[in-house]
Amino acid sequence: MLEKALTGGPGYRAWMAFLLAVLATGLFFYLRQLELGLGVTGMSRDVSWGLYIAQFTFLVGIAASAVMLVLPYYLHDYQAFGKITVLGEFLAVASVMMCGLFIFVNLGQPQRVLFVLLHAQPKSVLFWDMFVLNVYLVLNIITGWTVLGCDRKGIPPPRWVKPLIYLSIPWAISIHTMTAFIYAGLPGRSFWLTALMAPRFLAAAFASGPALLILICLVLKKWANFDAGEKALQALARIVAYALAVSIFFVLVELFTVFYSGIPEHEDHFRYLYAGIDGHGNLAPWMWTSVILAVGALAALIHPRTRRNEHFLAAACAAVFAAFWIEKGLGLVVTGFIPTPLGSVTEYVPTGPEIAVALGVWAAGFLVLSALYRVFVAVRREGGSFEPSADGVRNGP
Amino acid sequence: MKLYDKGIIMAGIAAFVLLATVPLWYGGAGKSSPPELSLDTPAIRELGEKRCVDDTAVMRSRHVQILTAWRDEAVRKGNRTYTASDGRRFEASLSGTCLKCHSNKEQFCDRCHDYVGVKPDCFRCHIAPGEVQK
Amino acid sequence: MTSNRREFLKMAGASALLLLVPAVLPPVRAAEKPASPGSAARQPLKAGHWAMAVDLMKCSADCTDCIAACHQAHNVPALGNPKDEVKWIWREPFPAVFPGETHAWSGESLRKMRPPVLCNHCANPPCVRVCPTGATFQRPDGIVVMDYHRCIGCKICLAACPYGARSINFRDPRPFIPKLNPDYPTRTKGVIEKCNFCEERLARGLKPACVEACRRKALVFGDVEDPRSEIRLLLETRFALRRRANLGTLPQVYYLL
Repeated sequence: MLEKALTGGPGYRAWMAFLLAVLATGLFFYLRQLELGLGVTGMSRDVSWGLYIAQFTFLVGIAASAVMLVLPYYLHDYQAFGKITVLGEFLAVASVMMCGLFIFVNLGQPQRVLFVLLHAQPKSVLFWDMFVLNVYLVLNIITGWTVLGCDRKGIPPPRWVKPLIYLSIPWAISIHTMTAFIYAGLPGRSFWLTALMAPRFLAAAFASGPALLILICLVLKKWANFDAGEKALQALARIVAYALAVSIFFVLVELFTVFYSGIPEHEDHFRYLYAGIDGHGNLAPWMWTSVILAVGALAALIHPRTRRNEHFLAAACAAVFAAFWIEKGLGLVVTGFIPTPLGSVTEYVPTGPEIAVALGVWAAGFLVLSALYRVFVAVRREGGSFEPSADGVRNGP
Repeated sequence: MKLYDKGIIMAGIAAFVLLATVPLWYGGAGKSSPPELSLDTPAIRELGEKRCVDDTAVMRSRHVQILTAWRDEAVRKGNRTYTASDGRRFEASLSGTCLKCHSNKEQFCDRCHDYVGVKPDCFRCHIAPGEVQK
Repeated sequence: MTSNRREFLKMAGASALLLLVPAVLPPVRAAEKPASPGSAARQPLKAGHWAMAVDLMKCSADCTDCIAACHQAHNVPALGNPKDEVKWIWREPFPAVFPGETHAWSGESLRKMRPPVLCNHCANPPCVRVCPTGATFQRPDGIVVMDYHRCIGCKICLAACPYGARSINFRDPRPFIPKLNPDYPTRTKGVIEKCNFCEERLARGLKPACVEACRRKALVFGDVEDPRSEIRLLLETRFALRRRANLGTLPQVYYLL
């Protein structure tokens, strides 16, 4: 089935060639980073996590969002999602792969990465995060590929797929909770020391992931002649709207706690983020852009007229994706370090090589995603005679 | 059964065999001999009995395992005293024990390492004698 | 047999000279003596729980003896810019070291103080808890150790440390080491490092470099579990501040006021 990824029209080839070029550039700069050290990035002694970990944090959320398709369909027989659960699972595969790559490029001694397994430390949240992420990757590869393969052959999927799919539902929650725990368990970083980390992460994930899925479905409709269906897209859009509303609420709740209690240690981070401290505030414009995008997107998604219009829907979804990329990526990770435990402000700006490596990883992810989606579309075009929404798949043979 | 594209396949097999046997026929295979290691250092000259931590054969085949054991014992357990098989005690330290006698890294350590093509990254951190002057 | 006092004195003097001979002649080397030039001449220092006290009344505002001694002894590179810098011990203004302990009317002497800051070797270290490979771990005697061989450079320990005590080697440190000390290894790019309470000196029976270098004897290092140690006496008789004590990390560097 994978051989289908090797064939395609000129548009597909041009897209894959472009991605390969970006990947090659990223690889070149990564080799340079290996040679010279992490000093080629914008990370510093004070802000020791930057663009790479920001992308990782954001992408874990995208990976978790597959559950927003799987849960309604497999637990509640929501038929409209039947055709596209595989899309969600493939998105999870590509996202988790990118997460792993971003962790890898962030390491100072990447050749020792397997020490995390060899010298496993059960007390370390990072260890558990690696574990759950890899299991999630395997789960989604197996379930997505199997369901699609059976669909192609016109047979119901084997019985063992069901328990794996059921497992992937709480597992999706767990991957993002574990990632949140990386931040929320550190006593010295008051910006992250909130029980709201995990809920915020999940709400953001369930807004940004389905938003990306909607955009992907619109792209597939236009370029690959695959129609996910109006009902599916609208349901997804409503999920995005609710998750977005909850996310905005969470941010407002955080702001209240921080500023009403007035504890300087907590206030300072938010003040830096949205206004800047002592003239240092290079994140503030980004955050306000994110706010405007989020509020505008919410308005567009709530109103049925704009939500049902494909152009507004696409714009709103792109806005949601961008807003959370900013807020959950750089906004969250970098601000934890500013101000430092000693009260000083060291700002972070990613360097060119760092951005190139990050884009290279995104390109790798999109390569995998595009290849998997190409297979999906090809199977659909063959006219998989077995409609997954029929009883056979749901109840199993 | 008919063999299609016989010419290309035969050429491919021949190319593969040539490539796979490169170590045997390219660059003077069989003409090089194991390197001569120099034990001529001031510290070794002063030794009464010219013995390393263990016998030469053992050191040659197991010095990596011994160093790794020293590393874990010294760094992770704080146990810096190593008792050799014959009861002699040493400080478990690459720079402090091994390289104090074998202070001619280029004529000793490097000769075998270069010959077999290994690049131990011990020396990225552990300072070899003579480096201080560089 | 001596016959008179003179002969006796001559004999006594000659005997006394003979006693000096072994100290003057070069020592005879036994054939079986192990060639271990690095072996400890002194017994290692041991403790139930190591801790350090910084006497802020003695520490002077502009001295950097402790920093120089530490960084020289451990081949700490001088990167020369705050982005990439590596430091094991340095000085910060009092209000930064102890946030919330100064107020609008605090005296000049307090404000001008610049206590040295270093790894606190916490008894409940968050950095050890989060390390995914166990590259940073705590010894039974309290010292939080870095195993440079195992560190993968993930930097979660930098995020976890509430004190900013850790540094990562953003570049190969070798070119930046002012004067290479052959008795201690350097590190390589990509690994994290921090103060190690001079555990390699303790193993040789020596006090930490900073403690020995302090010309005002402002640094006291000892076993807090030993009721008769100097540090215990100081901690019981003087008021001590610890950095961010409310976080529960149980830091073992005590600042005496």
